[in-house]
Amino acid sequence: MGSGTRLGRVRGLGSARTGTHHWTMQRVTAIANLALMVWLIVSLVTSDFSTHADLVRWLSKPIAAVPMALLAISVFTHLRLGLTVLIEDYVHGEAAKLASLVALTFYSWGGLIFALFCIAKIAFAGVANVGQ
Amino acid sequence: MAQTGKRPLSPHLQVYRWGPHMLVSILHRAMGDGMAIVGALLFLWWLGAAASGPEAYQSFVGIIWQAPDSASLSVTNWIGRAVLIGLTLAFFQHAASGIRHLLLDTGAGYELKTNRSWSVIVAILPALFTAILWIAIFWGAL
Repeated sequence: MGSGTRLGRVRGLGSARTGTHHWTMQRVTAIANLALMVWLIVSLVTSDFSTHADLVRWLSKPIAAVPMALLAISVFTHLRLGLTVLIEDYVHGEAAKLASLVALTFYSWGGLIFALFCIAKIAFAGVANVGQ
Repeated sequence: MAQTGKRPLSPHLQVYRWGPHMLVSILHRAMGDGMAIVGALLFLWWLGAAASGPEAYQSFVGIIWQAPDSASLSVTNWIGRAVLIGLTLAFFQHAASGIRHLLLDTGAGYELKTNRSWSVIVAILPALFTAILWIAIFWGAL
């Protein structure tokens, strides 16, 4: 460090030392979620995905796989922030709160990586499968 | 608590007159956290089944929506459809309420009447959107 005044270095960090990052990320992912969820709902309603071939044919296209991956990233980031606040508000014991937050971390990161792996697998292998 | 004398207590929820802004506030949290668990798990189940192959995907569709070789709906189909309807209601509720929050973040909408009317809209509109969406879905299916 060593650059800037003391005030300049702490400005925006607040008493919790993490500043407004949580608040900002919650809102940025909210806007992304809104656009991407409208896309997902419109896609699901306007197409027939009752068979595996239909779904894979659609989800293997970049125009579907990329928004789906972005949706997973945005949604799991947003739900982690939201559930964090829920736990902080309602789970009062320190041990229970810590355990809940660790479980949430595993859930949100595990869920995100699982979703991205599934999307990537369909996207990269999809065309070959459907072609049979 | 060292001091337990007759000190003033902070007013809690039950002393306030219930209003639409309180309803949409708690609905925002309930719907958001509901989707964070039920919606996200269903999303992962869907993607996981799709990535596991045709049989796994057919089994998922058969449990949640309708088995391809069956003319009638099973018990799990009714539950699956109820969950999907609930999730769309939760989405529209959380989205409408979220847009209200984004607008409130700009400093707008704190006048009592404005705040009240926005809250009423946010409470009613999602049910309307959900009804229209599902009527459209089942109309197309019929």
